[in-house]
Amino acid sequence: MTKKNIIPFGPQHPVLPEPIHLDLVTEDEKVIEAVPSIGFIHRGLEKLVDIKDFQDFVHIAERVCGICSYMHGMSYCQTIEQIMNIQVPERGLWLRTIWSEFSRIHSHLLWLGLAADAMGFESLFMHTWRLREYILDIIEMTTGGRVIFGASKVGGTRMDINSETLSYIIKRLKEIEPEFKEATSVFINDYSIQHRLRGVGVLSKKEVYELGAVGPVAKASGLSSDARKYGYAMYSKIDFEPIVEEDGDCFARCSIRVKEIFQSIDIIRQCASQICDGEVSVNVKGFPTGELFTRVEQPRGEVIYYVRANGTKFLERFRVRTPTFANIPPMVKALQGCQIADVPNIVLTIDPCISCTER
Amino acid sequence: MSSLSRSPWVLHYNATSCNGCDIEVLASLTPMYDVERFGILNTGNPKHADILLVTGSVNEKSAPVLKTLYDQMPEPKVVVALGICASSGGIFAECYNVNGGADKVIPVDVYVPGCAVRPEAIIDGVVQALGILEAKYKNRRRGAVSCAR
Repeated sequence: MTKKNIIPFGPQHPVLPEPIHLDLVTEDEKVIEAVPSIGFIHRGLEKLVDIKDFQDFVHIAERVCGICSYMHGMSYCQTIEQIMNIQVPERGLWLRTIWSEFSRIHSHLLWLGLAADAMGFESLFMHTWRLREYILDIIEMTTGGRVIFGASKVGGTRMDINSETLSYIIKRLKEIEPEFKEATSVFINDYSIQHRLRGVGVLSKKEVYELGAVGPVAKASGLSSDARKYGYAMYSKIDFEPIVEEDGDCFARCSIRVKEIFQSIDIIRQCASQICDGEVSVNVKGFPTGELFTRVEQPRGEVIYYVRANGTKFLERFRVRTPTFANIPPMVKALQGCQIADVPNIVLTIDPCISCTER
Repeated sequence: MSSLSRSPWVLHYNATSCNGCDIEVLASLTPMYDVERFGILNTGNPKHADILLVTGSVNEKSAPVLKTLYDQMPEPKVVVALGICASSGGIFAECYNVNGGADKVIPVDVYVPGCAVRPEAIIDGVVQALGILEAKYKNRRRGAVSCAR
């Protein structure tokens, strides 16, 4: 019988931009079990609702996570608006949809780069991050921020996109799309990448359903789960179908993200053609009362926001269930029985965002 | 600073950052900003590193990790606190699990402001760190002649 070894992975590790720790129980090169431990970047920001009023808190909600920052700010505002019955002007909702899709593209390109780096494909990592800068330029042009936009507020958006900028964005997207196609086709067609990702970390549809996976992890195993279909912001007026793959391996998770980039570009085009004129925000009067859950589709999957308010300017309880938290059990399951050399790939294909998981 | 006399390698650790600064650290290594043209390389190994980039404030659990990484780095070494969280705790200073900036645990040489810190600011901070690194080299040579090296 071979001897069992425990190999620590993280918290500081070359492939991990963020600290997560895994104890890998191994027999020779095979991983028998993976035991995750988190808490390295717990800050306790949910408790800040006690000292920051509900409008100022947007500022903190945007800093739950630096990658899907806009989505977090927007989800928080959406929750407060629903609880207070605030009708956000239609143009504000269209802008939210546009910025959400831009953050999805930037997040997926970021992930593709990190995945390429984890596979040792450094030139591809550099290329995808070069393309990501195009998207960041558009984001900076419209909001003023690169990664943390600060564009959300309770009652609408802080800024507007004028029509010249909007037509420039559409023109720019047309220019850069062929470059995106060229770089992302490497992920789909390259022999070495297929060799590294095909058949690695397979999760069946039943497993992802039972373990509660969300987002690309669930979609890659054939489970169509996309909170955008609930029609928040302006998604009800947009024609799109969640992208689903059947294989459930690392390659399927990678190809979902590649396809979602082009889907997002298409959604932005649809928004630009349907957007209406008008105000982008309304004034907020009074304080929230009651409790509410909302669900928003982030690049990593579905995020759940819970708010309980008691009619004062401070919220009573604020809670976030982030997509990475839901995807950790499927990741642990996928790690069982894999090779030690595949651990970085499998950990990365759930697109872990530890800072929003631990907050 | 007119010219670089060495190629410093950087080590990056996320103490409790929200990720915003971390992805900007990576962005400054990629073609748009490209600090690698100065010979600056991102390494995962503390024993290869000259400059430690810290993002985010420290908490009970990340403080010992940060201290270990710092101790493992060979002398002379420079610490750069990236972003307002690493400098003072920033927006999270009042959180129950945040102890404050990185200087609560290790000595910090350069503080870079911003939330999230911009790649231009990161490059400027690293360039300042290079000057400090050079000064530390000079002091070390003068002070430790009998040293093994």
